[in-house]
Amino acid sequence: MTMPFYVSPEQLMKDRADYARKGIARGRSVVVLAYDNGIAFVAENPSRALHKISEIYDRIAFAAVGKYNEFENLRVAGVRYADLRGYSYDRTDVTARGLANAYAQTLGTVFTTESKPFEVEIVVAEVGRDPDGDQIYRLTYDGSVADEQGFVVMGGQADQISSGLSERWQPGMSLATVLTLAVEMLAREPSGNGSRALGTAQLEVAVLERSRDRRAFRRLTGSLLERLLAPADPTSDLPPGDDTAGDDTAGDDTAGGDPPDDAPAAE
Amino acid sequence: MTDPTEPMRPGLLPPSFFTPGTASFSDFLTTHASQLLPGRRDLPAGAVPPVPHATTIIALSFEGGVVMAGDRRATMGNLIAHREMEKVFPADDYSCVGIAGTAGIAVELVRLFQVELEHYEKIEGALLSLDGKANRLASMIRANLGLAMQGLAVVPLFAGFDLDRRKGRIFSYDVAGGRYEEHDHHSVGSGSLFARGSLKKRWRPGLTEPEALRVVVEALDDAAEEDSATGGPDSDRAIYPVVATVTDHGYRRVPDTDLATALHAVRDARNGEEGAS
Repeated sequence: MTMPFYVSPEQLMKDRADYARKGIARGRSVVVLAYDNGIAFVAENPSRALHKISEIYDRIAFAAVGKYNEFENLRVAGVRYADLRGYSYDRTDVTARGLANAYAQTLGTVFTTESKPFEVEIVVAEVGRDPDGDQIYRLTYDGSVADEQGFVVMGGQADQISSGLSERWQPGMSLATVLTLAVEMLAREPSGNGSRALGTAQLEVAVLERSRDRRAFRRLTGSLLERLLAPADPTSDLPPGDDTAGDDTAGDDTAGGDPPDDAPAAE
Repeated sequence: MTDPTEPMRPGLLPPSFFTPGTASFSDFLTTHASQLLPGRRDLPAGAVPPVPHATTIIALSFEGGVVMAGDRRATMGNLIAHREMEKVFPADDYSCVGIAGTAGIAVELVRLFQVELEHYEKIEGALLSLDGKANRLASMIRANLGLAMQGLAVVPLFAGFDLDRRKGRIFSYDVAGGRYEEHDHHSVGSGSLFARGSLKKRWRPGLTEPEALRVVVEALDDAAEEDSATGGPDSDRAIYPVVATVTDHGYRRVPDTDLATALHAVRDARNGEEGAS
């Protein structure tokens, strides 16, 4: 009979953390930034089908880096959590704080009890009725939660982009400004010399729009995104109520799916 | 019974949340919290006491969409249980559902149906087809058959804009979950007999949206005049029917001012006044 080697808890946790960190650092970065009329999510992601950014509930969105199957699993669990809670209680009782707590418990439990931790880092963001009401939570592989202000960067070049953003980002910037800033940061070479060209086809961009009544999440693609990113173009924010510009889930400026006891007011 | 939203360990997401497979919210509820499904509850023996019933719903198609209207009255036997109930709801951006039958169960069913469609959209990143939505509603009605046999039947009317075929379509149901596509127009509920008669005479192919609005208001007014369980428009209290259109721009609730205009036109025409068609 062989004796198992003794491994100190410190060493065990450190090994797991290193393992998770390595997995996360391999991926491209995701940037989440607040702007004057909402919260913007920008990811470098050439895939149109495998999203890093998704809608969770009316005013809550999800962004992740790391292993796709793992964060997709977490995303589906989050949608189920939110829809179940909203169905059993009320739509207003679904909060980013509650979801971030549930994620933190799950990530923390998996980190300490399972043989392999989740190789993911996620952001849960909720857009408020005013900029002070915005909430951005960042969750790491070990279940720790950070309540972030302004912007969050996750993934491979997180530190480099973070330091760049801390110099340039300010509260109250327009959507076009924060998107241009985020894309510029994502396009920088990790070595620090020069930058790559990032076209709209390699970007996944979405926003939580503050002014929307119900579902605030909206994907930005195609010509609207190009206009927002073009320095010469005067477009600085989303045209109100226009969701024809490349929203691939659904046009949602209409009052869709309101709960029966709270049917939409006449327009 | 445990609180379904409360995970087994405080704050921890339960394992069933991570089970891959279904994009359907009601399938998820079946395995995770089946007591939340209307059709899964056992009824105690005995007669069901009087409960409010919702009455007349009308839908008709026009050029480029559908319009659906429901009166505001809920009745409980010979009593009026509620005079401003809403019975026409957006199911999602491109469809709406109206309900007749037991009000409590019907409202719960609509809520579940709305979450079902939104849940699918979020998980799959795509909208269900209109036929897919109609079939999901049929299976929910079917699951309610046990309650229907106890006298708690729900009969919805479903209408939406088919983004593939570029036209409005209407579906009716029976209590056993049978799904039937209706052409042109349909009505369900206690006043439907009179509404259908009105629709047959007034509906014609190629109606415009304002014309369709007038036809639907007239049919509802006819039903309210003949059926005591159907509430007519109440201009004193400013209670007008719930009327919604679904076109390729999505769901839109018709404002009361437009309804008041259409209603006046109908009444003027009936009285043979100036400006009547």
